[in-house]
Amino acid sequence: MSNKNAHAVEHSGTDYMLLGKILVLLMFFTFATITITELDFGTLTLTVALLIAGVKSYFVIAYFMHLKHEGLLLKILVISVFILYILIVLITLIDYYYR
Amino acid sequence: MSEHIAHHDEHRDDAGSKLGMWLFIFTELLLFGGLFLVYSVYRLQYHQNFHEGSLELSVTIGAINTIALLFSSMTIAMALTAVQRQNKKLALIMIGLTLLMAAVFLFNKYIEWGAKFHHGLYPGSELMDGLDRGHLLFFSLYFFMTGLHAFHIIVGMILLTVCFVKVKSNKINNDRFVLLENGALYWHLVDLIWIFLFPLLYLIS
Repeated sequence: MSNKNAHAVEHSGTDYMLLGKILVLLMFFTFATITITELDFGTLTLTVALLIAGVKSYFVIAYFMHLKHEGLLLKILVISVFILYILIVLITLIDYYYR
Repeated sequence: MSEHIAHHDEHRDDAGSKLGMWLFIFTELLLFGGLFLVYSVYRLQYHQNFHEGSLELSVTIGAINTIALLFSSMTIAMALTAVQRQNKKLALIMIGLTLLMAAVFLFNKYIEWGAKFHHGLYPGSELMDGLDRGHLLFFSLYFFMTGLHAFHIIVGMILLTVCFVKVKSNKINNDRFVLLENGALYWHLVDLIWIFLFPLLYLIS
């Protein structure tokens, strides 16, 4: 069944309506980020802004870049790159705080 | 007949080209990731200066550019769907819209940078050399990161113009569209980077 679906997507592409809905969602998150910064929750603001940016990138990668319909290899590679980057950030920040 | 045989012998690996494009995108993500990290550490060190620096940037222009890039990301994804569904006219319109949004982005960037240059604020200027360390770091990173990003916009525009011409001449069609697929992937990367650049540079509370 899932094979059949993947086949159908490959030939007819991602539906226009779905792409439109994703755009609306991304716009909503953009305005949410701006509003949150204006309200100013102190140190939490940056964390929330970056979390929202993370959610936005998920939608761009999964739907606009079609990762949802790609094979397992590509999914694992993308997740590995993000894990690698998070590790680099953590190690650098640990070094910065405890130097 | 011989042409027919040549066509069958032609090497073609769409999955391979797409994997190659993704690997390239990973290197780009880590390139900008490195810059984000440099930015974050200096922001922790010079928080007040970075806050003051960000007040000099126009949130409105930044927001318009965010919307332009998000919209263009959708149109290029739609162009790919249109090619897959053999709707050439719609595909050309969508690629055209993407290029238009890219031009809007660059125009805004020109206005934004132009105003800074007008006030004497640009890398190497007397004003910038006279800034204290925190402000200098903020504006250096601002010019470098948005400049590198704008360079990616220009490269993306060239790539998508090639795609536009090839869709027009039917070289990109519903049987072979990997070039447009890769061009679109590159364009989404440019959008992805901006998704992080915008809150980091323009929205500092």
